[in-house]
Amino acid sequence: MDMKRDYYEDVQLFSSGVAIFWFVALMIFLGAFPFMVKNYYVYMANYIAINVIVAVGLNILVGYTGQISLGHAGFFAIGAYGTIILISQFHFPFLLALPAAGVIAAFFGFILGLPALRLDGPYLSIATLGFGLSITQVIGKIELFGGRQGLHAPELMIGSWTLDTDREFYYILMVIVILLTLGARNLMKTRVGRAFIAIRDADIAAETIGINLLWHKTMAFAVSAFYAGVAGGLYAFVLRFVEPEVFTLLLSILFLSMIVVGGLGSIFGAIAGACLLSWLDLTLRNILDVPLVGDWLKILSKSWFSITGVSNIQFILFGLIIVLIMLFEPRGIFGIWIRTKKYWKTWPF
Amino acid sequence: MIDFFQMVVSGIAVGSSYALMGLAMVIIYKTSEVVNFAQGEMALLSSFFAFMIMEHHHIPFYAAIPATLVFSLFLGFFLEFAVLRRAKDPSVLGMIIITIGLEMILMGFVSWKFGADYKALPFPISPYESVAMGGVYASALEVLTFGVALSLMLILFLFFRFSKLGVAMKATQQNPVAARLMGIRTNRIVMMTWGVSSVTGCFAGLSISAALMHPYMMWDPMLKGFAAAVMGGMTSLPGAVFAAYLLGIIENLFGGYISIEFKSVVAFVIIVLVLCFKPSGLFARHYVKKV
Repeated sequence: MDMKRDYYEDVQLFSSGVAIFWFVALMIFLGAFPFMVKNYYVYMANYIAINVIVAVGLNILVGYTGQISLGHAGFFAIGAYGTIILISQFHFPFLLALPAAGVIAAFFGFILGLPALRLDGPYLSIATLGFGLSITQVIGKIELFGGRQGLHAPELMIGSWTLDTDREFYYILMVIVILLTLGARNLMKTRVGRAFIAIRDADIAAETIGINLLWHKTMAFAVSAFYAGVAGGLYAFVLRFVEPEVFTLLLSILFLSMIVVGGLGSIFGAIAGACLLSWLDLTLRNILDVPLVGDWLKILSKSWFSITGVSNIQFILFGLIIVLIMLFEPRGIFGIWIRTKKYWKTWPF
Repeated sequence: MIDFFQMVVSGIAVGSSYALMGLAMVIIYKTSEVVNFAQGEMALLSSFFAFMIMEHHHIPFYAAIPATLVFSLFLGFFLEFAVLRRAKDPSVLGMIIITIGLEMILMGFVSWKFGADYKALPFPISPYESVAMGGVYASALEVLTFGVALSLMLILFLFFRFSKLGVAMKATQQNPVAARLMGIRTNRIVMMTWGVSSVTGCFAGLSISAALMHPYMMWDPMLKGFAAAVMGGMTSLPGAVFAAYLLGIIENLFGGYISIEFKSVVAFVIIVLVLCFKPSGLFARHYVKKV
């Protein structure tokens, strides 16, 4: 249904006028969003936007290049701590500190990419997992990073403009999210992006047609780490406080689940997965406040389970949703979207 | 010098639980190529089952342990039959995500049911009794765990070499299509593998919960067991055991002589170093990809 006739049609930003229309509509919606809802939902949107950045970056590595990473919380932590330290100790302006922290994370990604050249499957997952765990441990032991107590984020200043509400931060965040998402989309249409996909599909064949595996695999790690680093830097200002306990293995697992649930190898999927899972993550925390279900759950836990562990219901539901999506649609939300679209396009048949 | 031997002995004691978890992961990976992140939580659920029947239903210890083993066997069967078999055209990463989801469900269930406070399994041997061996001390529980781990490894070895079921499992791993043509019900074999693996992990869970049990107790042994399994080659049973004891000992020596703070990280650093030089682990034959 989407026949590409020449190269420029393949690389253009919008495939049709309809796409431009929806893009503009989305921009208007995102711009008006903070005026339509309560403050909590703006906070929620910020939280989701940060996860979208990580998911889009991780998708470049996992979905397009076919590597695996269980250590992205490590890059996220490097970005968060890097931004805070650069601003408070070295007096960088925010708009310089954020990409600088991203570059530091990218450097670590490059280092981690080196052993990844020879590893795959479970071997690569344990190497990246070890990296993620070690970063948190090391950060927790260094005085400059505040040790176990953590660090407070400094005032967020851009020039002479101080951003102290979620609404103001929302606009900065949206600009960065859109830039990075378009950046990822464009990257996948260049020579480098096509090389990533070729490595995923068959790395030996890719090497024989002249793709430098060393360069491209480490670059995929670095780009992906850059996204996670920038997201981490922004997250520090959403939380206003960072400590090593935030960046656990569970967070890495959450990032990976986002892109797999969303659908690997598609930017739309990464965004959808990140939105769904981080929304669930925030909403399920308050499941006991839901009118009917909450009361019923309270009675259930009083008679059959323990009251102290009642907050763990969120893990059960979360796990259940992940398992069900993976069982019924292995290509994730993106797969569901494609099937629905096909169904309506070819409707009577 | 006596310090050194003391550390080695404690290292071997920790290594036993790593080895059991590592074995459990290798058994599943060998037959179905699934990295099972729910392994630790399967053992967790089994241990809390033992706790429940002993504490709330007052079943004596020597009846409760066999009941727990049977429970964990059926837990393994159930998870494979009800969840993993239902996945349609699964990818490696998709399977990992499914087991991670299972892990969350099981852990959430256990902490919902039993709460997050610390408990101990009523065990006939106290974890504070100790045995002296020429100036080196080990608790009676550690000695028992080591003995149980060794005999379990021997049983597994004999099982895979001589029993009909064990040989069928090996056949399914080597070539599922040929195994099916020879009349082996590969589906059922994979299900049984999950049962065997669940029981193996259950021993690790029980030995840990004798001292202290809480819903997060299996995380560390599971990750270290996974690390050991990868270091041993992910498909080799003796490799996983060897690597697990090696990791346990190195970890303890590092904690004693260099830095106690980074003790829990050192295992992963070693893994990365080993994988740099031997990308498919210490004991697996190097896997050469065919074009």
